[in-house]
Amino acid sequence: MAKIRGTIVVNTERCKGCNLCVVACPVHIITLQKEVNRKGYNYAQLINEEACIGCASCATVCPDGCIEVYKIKMDK
Amino acid sequence: MTKEEIISQGTLAYKKPTLLNDTQMHYCPGCSHGVVHKLVAEVIEEMGMEDKALGISPVGCAVFIYKYIDIDWEEAAHGRAPALATAMKRLWNDRLVFTYQGDGDLACIGTGETIHALNRGENITIIFINNAIYGMTGGQMAPTTLMGMKTSTSPFGRDAKLHGYPLHITEIAATLEGTAYVSRQSVESVAAIRKAKKAIRKAFDYSMAGKGSNLVEIVSTCNSGWKMSPEKANEWMKENMFDYYPKGDLKDIGAE
Ligand SMILES: Cc1ncc(C[n+]2csc(CCOP(=O)(O)OP(=O)(O)O)c2C)c(N)n1
Ligand code: SF4
Ligand code: SF4
Ligand code: SF4
Repeated sequence: MAKIRGTIVVNTERCKGCNLCVVACPVHIITLQKEVNRKGYNYAQLINEEACIGCASCATVCPDGCIEVYKIKMDK
Repeated sequence: MTKEEIISQGTLAYKKPTLLNDTQMHYCPGCSHGVVHKLVAEVIEEMGMEDKALGISPVGCAVFIYKYIDIDWEEAAHGRAPALATAMKRLWNDRLVFTYQGDGDLACIGTGETIHALNRGENITIIFINNAIYGMTGGQMAPTTLMGMKTSTSPFGRDAKLHGYPLHITEIAATLEGTAYVSRQSVESVAAIRKAKKAIRKAFDYSMAGKGSNLVEIVSTCNSGWKMSPEKANEWMKENMFDYYPKGDLKDIGAE
């Protein structure tokens, strides 16, 4: 069966650590990092590469347009 | 498969619209304004109107929207955006003319301009960000503030005897003969964001087709002014704002 694999790229310098992507992700694989960016915000990061389904929920709700989403269909 | 392989061999499923440039927006983390900016930029791109769109920016937190979305803009005096939009659309009928205004700008100091532009049936769209307070100036009570809601100028909650009642501009707009499409949406979830985008698209299409004036209210959060986290603010909005400001299309002359 075809399976979708996805991944996200966060623009960590643009991120404001608002946590809305963390809440929106249906598989709960984004967290805010302990490190901060130059603006002093704890930025968002993907913590489980294997589990991302490329649904783009995180990117859609991000008020600052910080997330790019890629996806690919796998054959098994 | 590695992350790099998914990126190089897969397809791009989402990126911010190109019209939303790389300038960092000054909004507080989690503010609804950013989400609506993305939708406006996406819709203009999808319509291919990048060179024909003319926005009128407000006084309020969105005063700098012209720095973030790369189209033509004019900055209006407080509340006067619909008057400026009227002039621009009459002079340049082939332009997609819209205003982007907060509730303090549109439903308080600019109530007259708003209602008359809508009533005249100007072929413009008004995007109305209703976060129930004056965000920019420190969270003061607005005409749209909910009953009992605490703000910096109603610390004991809005009281009808003292402050009157919440003003429902969008309901008023739906009764005006000049309006073509009047809708109330929100942007707290993926589903809500999709619907809000469709509403903005319909309003822009109607304005270009010369059907009349269009109002899309976005029930929004001001987490800083409400003194909540962005996530809590979204929850509070769902629990409290939607009762006063029910979502959906209030008028659509295309559907009649
Ligand atoms: C003529 C005039 N009166 C008052 C002000 C002060 N002022 C600036 S923004 C604002 C209200 C903004 O609130 P809103 O339109 O709800 O936008 P938000 O900041 O919440 O997005 C006020 C009263 C002003 N700039 N000009
Ligand atoms: S694309 Fe979907 S699954 Fe992947 S991180 Fe974003 S919300 Fe989660
Ligand atoms: S929604 Fe955007 S700004 Fe907010 S934490 Fe996620 S990536 Fe950062
Ligand atoms: S004060 Fe409120 S409306 Fe203004 S940017 Fe902050 S959260 Fe948004």
